[in-house]
Amino acid sequence: MAQMNLLEAIRQGMDEEMEHDPRVFITGEDVGPRGGVFRVTQGLFEKYGPTRIIDSPLAELSIVGVGIGAALADLRPICEIQFADFIHPAMNQIMNEAARMYYRSGGTWTVPMVIRAPYGGGVGGGLYHSQSVEAFFAHTPGLKVIIPSTPYDAKGLIKSAIRDPNPVLFFETKKGYRLIKGDVPEGEYTVPIGEARVAREGSDLTVYSYGMMAHYAMQAAERVSQTDGIEAEVVDLRTLLPLDTKTVLESFKKTGKALIVHEDNLTMGFGAEIAAILASDGFEYMDAPIQRLCAPDIPGVPFSHPMQDYFMLNPTKIADAIRDLAAY
Amino acid sequence: MIGIRIPEPTVEVKPLSEDIRRSMLYKMLQIRYTEEKLQELFLANAIRGTTHLCNGQEGVSTGVAAALRKGDTVTCTYRGHGHALAMGMPLKSLMAEMMGRVSGCCRGKGGSMHMTDASLGLLGANAIVGAQLPIAAGAALTAQIEKTGNIAVSFFGDAASNIGAFHETLNLASVWKLPVVFICENNRYGEYTPQHLTTPVEDLSIRAISYNMPGVTVDGQDSEVVFAEFSAAAARARAGEGPTFLEMKTYRYRGHSRTDTGPYRPAGELEAWMERDPIKILADKMIAAGQLDQVELEELTQSVQREILGAVEWAQREPYPDPEELTRDIFYEG
Ligand SMILES: Cc1ncc(C[n+]2csc(CCOP(=O)(O)OP(=O)(O)O)c2C)c(N)n1
Ligand SMILES: [Mg+2]
Repeated sequence: MAQMNLLEAIRQGMDEEMEHDPRVFITGEDVGPRGGVFRVTQGLFEKYGPTRIIDSPLAELSIVGVGIGAALADLRPICEIQFADFIHPAMNQIMNEAARMYYRSGGTWTVPMVIRAPYGGGVGGGLYHSQSVEAFFAHTPGLKVIIPSTPYDAKGLIKSAIRDPNPVLFFETKKGYRLIKGDVPEGEYTVPIGEARVAREGSDLTVYSYGMMAHYAMQAAERVSQTDGIEAEVVDLRTLLPLDTKTVLESFKKTGKALIVHEDNLTMGFGAEIAAILASDGFEYMDAPIQRLCAPDIPGVPFSHPMQDYFMLNPTKIADAIRDLAAY
Repeated sequence: MIGIRIPEPTVEVKPLSEDIRRSMLYKMLQIRYTEEKLQELFLANAIRGTTHLCNGQEGVSTGVAAALRKGDTVTCTYRGHGHALAMGMPLKSLMAEMMGRVSGCCRGKGGSMHMTDASLGLLGANAIVGAQLPIAAGAALTAQIEKTGNIAVSFFGDAASNIGAFHETLNLASVWKLPVVFICENNRYGEYTPQHLTTPVEDLSIRAISYNMPGVTVDGQDSEVVFAEFSAAAARARAGEGPTFLEMKTYRYRGHSRTDTGPYRPAGELEAWMERDPIKILADKMIAAGQLDQVELEELTQSVQREILGAVEWAQREPYPDPEELTRDIFYEG
């Protein structure tokens, strides 16, 4: 087993898929010789050349639109959006074209493409380099939405995403790119889309999360276990759409208490969906009010670093919320 | 040495008055040494996040700003310190913003990429490429409908001329004959990728043809040429004759952003452009005209550097925003 960080795991997954399927190609801004703004595609241009690692003009709408057309005509595009914040110019192509194509063509045209974008704050990026945008896409039937929190899952899920015959949004925590490290087995494996993972077993309450916040939730859970003897179960959702409601409910059945944690802001965030599912389908197991710990409802992560710190969740804030819920 | 093609002016370039020259020289020095100081502070981690410096491009922002009138409005990019300073943003306001202090021009919320100042008509620097173009067109529409005689200006980069917002805005502005001037600072690169890999034309000014508006390629390193070409475009806009597209050939001395060392530059390119330094070009003209000598230039440089240091030291003592600031200014409550 090799230790690697999240970014390297994603790169390795793409590399393996490109090796075994010549239809897979990557396009986006500066993905070529530069290896991408975060260097996720580093080395791939040298290996696969300019016909498979294609520097695009600065135009997200066409990066995605071209991906859709190429996918319809047989290729397997991976479209890189430099920051999730820049996905908005491509919204029309994703929402109106990619998501609806299969349905509207009565099952004729599939769109086997992956759109990758780094998301999230905590890196001093300010309002336009810190956004979490998953809720828009998770609200859109026809799309799949993946947000991994470990290198193992990242590699296994990017491979599944590339092989999936549907449009997949793959969001990568930029703060976690180099921070999150873990074991990744040599060689071929995949992680199925649509399955959550019980990342830590516990009986007192369940923390539901994904991406960077799932990583923090694990740290928080370990901490409260040591300091307070609270055993929190952590469910890493991994795929938001389609959601693994079975695993979500099974854990709730066991603990009866739910803390939903995400970095995106509270109102209409993905946590609202989890809360609604627990309230309607898990009502008889409920032992406490369902809790959501999310970013405040403000128009973006402010630049000033103390304000960024107020904005961002961290293991300490999550641990406090776990303690409060456990005490209920 | 790599050769640099210097575009011919399309209007008569008269020497500007000594006063204007002096103030442009001062602004360019202020921008240059502010950028140098910021780079130093970033590398020392005294400023967080990232930054996009404009050293080398001072001639464009300075030449344009010198020809603006009160009431005109500007939108620009994340590489916007130069535009803000050229328009007259106080150094302290900029420095405090860079450092996330509550006395910064956006109360610390914006940072390096989002300088704004209502009193100067600076509608804002924008981190989303292309987003500032239609906004400038909108400000020009206001000027047109309210007959204020004002114009709007939008700065953007070469790579930005490939995004849809650019094309949609030029089309609309031309058809509506809006009083707006589009200023493309062509510094040859969009981030780490040279222009020719992403853009099929070299002189971007020809893109204006399909929008039936004048398009001019300008020597962006000579602030007097910039002033003259922009003044002609501004006069057309004020006279109701519609928009102009000015492509300023220029160059950034630093990398795209803080950590970029520019490994993609061909050997000799940076040096060749530094030979055509906008500060040097103006200073040489002033020296030749007997308006400046080396000693005076040195003194001016030192006084600018002192002023910058003063602003840095002041900003470093300013308070950070309180937690309440986080939820302030979401809605205007009257
Ligand atoms: C919509 C959007 N896509 C991508 C980016 C990332 N990005 C920031 S600057 C830049 C290159 C811009 O180059 P250019 O327009 O030439 O301006 P310059 O930086 O050279 O001044 C890119 C791709 C962004 N900020 N916004
Ligand atoms: Mg450029």
